[in-house]
Amino acid sequence: MAERERRMTRPYGGVFVARAEVMNAEEVGRALRRMAHEILEHNGGIHNLVLIGLQTGGVTVAGALAGVLAEIEGLEDHAGEAPDEAGSGEEQHDDADDGAPGHVIPVGTLDVALYRDDIGIRPVLPEEVTDIPVDLDGADVVLVDDVLFTGRTIRAALDALVDFGRPRTIQLAVMVDRGHRELPIRPDYTGKNLPTRRDELVNVTLDSVQIGEMAKQ
Amino acid sequence: MNGNLLSTSDLDREGIDEILEVADRMAEINSRRIPRVPALRGRTVVSLFFEDSTRTRISFETAAKRLSADVMGFSVGTSSVKKGESVRDTIETIEAMGVDAIVVRHGSSGVPEMVARWARSAVVNAGDGWHSHPTQALLDAYTIRARFGSLEGLRIGIVGDVLHSRVARSDIEVFTELGARVTLVAPPTLLPPSLEPWEVSVSHDLDEVLPDLDVCYLLRMQRERMTEALIPSLREYTALYGLTARRLANMEPTAVVMHPGPMNRGVEIADEVAESPRALVTDQVANGVAVRMAVLYLLLGPGRDALGPVVELAEEAT
Repeated sequence: MAERERRMTRPYGGVFVARAEVMNAEEVGRALRRMAHEILEHNGGIHNLVLIGLQTGGVTVAGALAGVLAEIEGLEDHAGEAPDEAGSGEEQHDDADDGAPGHVIPVGTLDVALYRDDIGIRPVLPEEVTDIPVDLDGADVVLVDDVLFTGRTIRAALDALVDFGRPRTIQLAVMVDRGHRELPIRPDYTGKNLPTRRDELVNVTLDSVQIGEMAKQ
Repeated sequence: MNGNLLSTSDLDREGIDEILEVADRMAEINSRRIPRVPALRGRTVVSLFFEDSTRTRISFETAAKRLSADVMGFSVGTSSVKKGESVRDTIETIEAMGVDAIVVRHGSSGVPEMVARWARSAVVNAGDGWHSHPTQALLDAYTIRARFGSLEGLRIGIVGDVLHSRVARSDIEVFTELGARVTLVAPPTLLPPSLEPWEVSVSHDLDEVLPDLDVCYLLRMQRERMTEALIPSLREYTALYGLTARRLANMEPTAVVMHPGPMNRGVEIADEVAESPRALVTDQVANGVAVRMAVLYLLLGPGRDALGPVVELAEEAT
């Protein structure tokens, strides 16, 4: 969501100017692995998990997290029997096509534009794809976003999810929690707690997390 | 769209593309178990139909409801219009109740234009006289795009009563704007006296044109609008311009048949053709809801235009 928020938030336009890098690629990778282990510990495995990345920034994080989860589970499941299976997440996904249970982690995407409560305050267009690949009834859903800020995106996402079914649990994983919550929402899994000013911006990719400002053009 | 959707001639390619793209998102909503989002909660849409319609009206009302807008229906038969209330007074009455969008259909061309001048709400033309039927053209374009990927370079034949058809006028404008090559196929009496602004070709021979078409768009014979003898008889029309199973066999295997409905089976379209998987008539109806959701959302939700320019972020600059 963050990319679009930046594009749409007042003042409209401007250029993101990074002031400092707060995480590098290695640190992002480590945070992902820690979050993956926490998710596994909390849910007792991947069997009932569905990851849902929030458009747009959460989608890449969700994909990466699914890869790490599959990698960890694959290694643990096959420890000793099939060492050559310690491949990438994608390979694990392929394995699951053979029907081995618990190997594929369904990853969906959700665009919450039509569920936002700030419609009318700023332009919101439903530009991104919503794709929930499985029935969410009884699933343990982990919502994944890049940056947790006011919590309004997550509120909208919770509203949207209940239209797709009744998950057993909904959990929240974010790469950066930057504070300034306006709603009673907290993450279950956090890559990094990052104190920010309201007017600052946080840019998350799998290669780095940067903090900076919007410079007027 | 600048606050209203009155005519397809107001739409440029960029505007059409935006509507069709948002319609893609809306189609996804329609495929959900609970096909409803709260995007237009608290907004009121009134459908003001001075002329009979089932599908367009239900389609608009479904679209508004799926976006959680409140819908007020208004049909002339049961309203004060029967007592002689003018359109202007009707609009003022409805607006006094607080509405955000008026979907209007009228038998006379230009009424939505007038309504837009009087009303503060957004006005959507749901068909006016022979003039325009923008959401029909948009849903037709959406349906063709869904089948072929794009309209660019497609050969589309529009067959039948072009003269009386607002669907034909709007389709021509939208299809050509999106890069399709349009051929009108009709007897000379059912063509408008001038085709001046349109870049279309004309034929009076369906059999000659059919093998070269990607899309054969059949128009309804509008018997209720025909006040003079424009064709010798419906039988003769069907013999020359009706799409029969035999004619369908002469089309390319990938070519499709479309019709805006309601169909006059046995006149412009034969039963077997209407039932054939090549006919996209039910797709058109289903897509109509998504396209109308997109139009309502773009008008009543926050449009880009409404809130000033949105400048793309130069991510690379970081």
